Amino acid sequence: MNLTLILFYILAVTAVATAAGLLLSRNSVYAALFLVLNFATVAVFYLLLGAPFIALVQVTVYAGAIMVLFLFVIMLLGAEKLPRAQVLPWQRPLAIGLAALLLVEAGFLLYQRLRATAVLAAPGAELNTTATLQTLGMALFNQYLLPFEVTSILLLVAMVGAIVLTKQVKGEQA
Amino acid sequence: MGDLGGIPLSGFLAVSAILFTMGALGVLIRRNAIIIFMSVELMLNAANLAFVAFARAYNVLNGQLFVFFVMTVSAAEVAVGLALIVAIFRSKHSIDVDQMSSLKG
Repeated sequence: MNLTLILFYILAVTAVATAAGLLLSRNSVYAALFLVLNFATVAVFYLLLGAPFIALVQVTVYAGAIMVLFLFVIMLLGAEKLPRAQVLPWQRPLAIGLAALLLVEAGFLLYQRLRATAVLAAPGAELNTTATLQTLGMALFNQYLLPFEVTSILLLVAMVGAIVLTKQVKGEQA
Repeated sequence: MGDLGGIPLSGFLAVSAILFTMGALGVLIRRNAIIIFMSVELMLNAANLAFVAFARAYNVLNGQLFVFFVMTVSAAEVAVGLALIVAIFRSKHSIDVDQMSSLKG
């Protein structure tokens, strides 16, 4: 068992444990912090997979910007905890059953697919990280230029939409 | 096939599947709108992980670029979604999804 494999197992356990923490924590702030840790472990997975650019984007955009936005809204609303209310008694077991079904289904399909495609890419040709970064930029601004530009419009629309949705019209009761 | 630096591809796919399932479970069992939203982010992340793992296994870059676009779209989604949650909180004074049962504002 080499060192990378040990690291992978530790990260896998951390990722699953933090996801469980997200599901189980009563307080939304704790849930958000668990999710930050989960994003960080997924970023290390990206590094293991030879995708340093994606890993850094994950840390800055997801763990940085998006989660700060989440925490900001949680604290702005003061809605860290919901009051306990009556829940449908059958909802939780049913949801867990459906999730287990989904997991079994996904596992079965992945297993089948992995066996079907026994040989994929030619091994060797180890990815050089700097070359990858260059080729990534070249592909992004040549082959994927139109999606990239559309993305900028999408972000603009999202920004305008967020402002319009949260703007309080004068004279309207809050 | 798919031996990524000593780690089998199936390992990454298994983690991805587990994380996706936990995200789906979170959407189903939690009542807090913000936590439901965070579970959706967890599912997106699981899909991204599978994308990068496959990109590495097939030795192509398109998977990584797709992850980049998914991240951008999810950033836009978070901005609009949180604005919606704030707007709902202003009218209902709660983010419990059980309270959002009426069609009239």
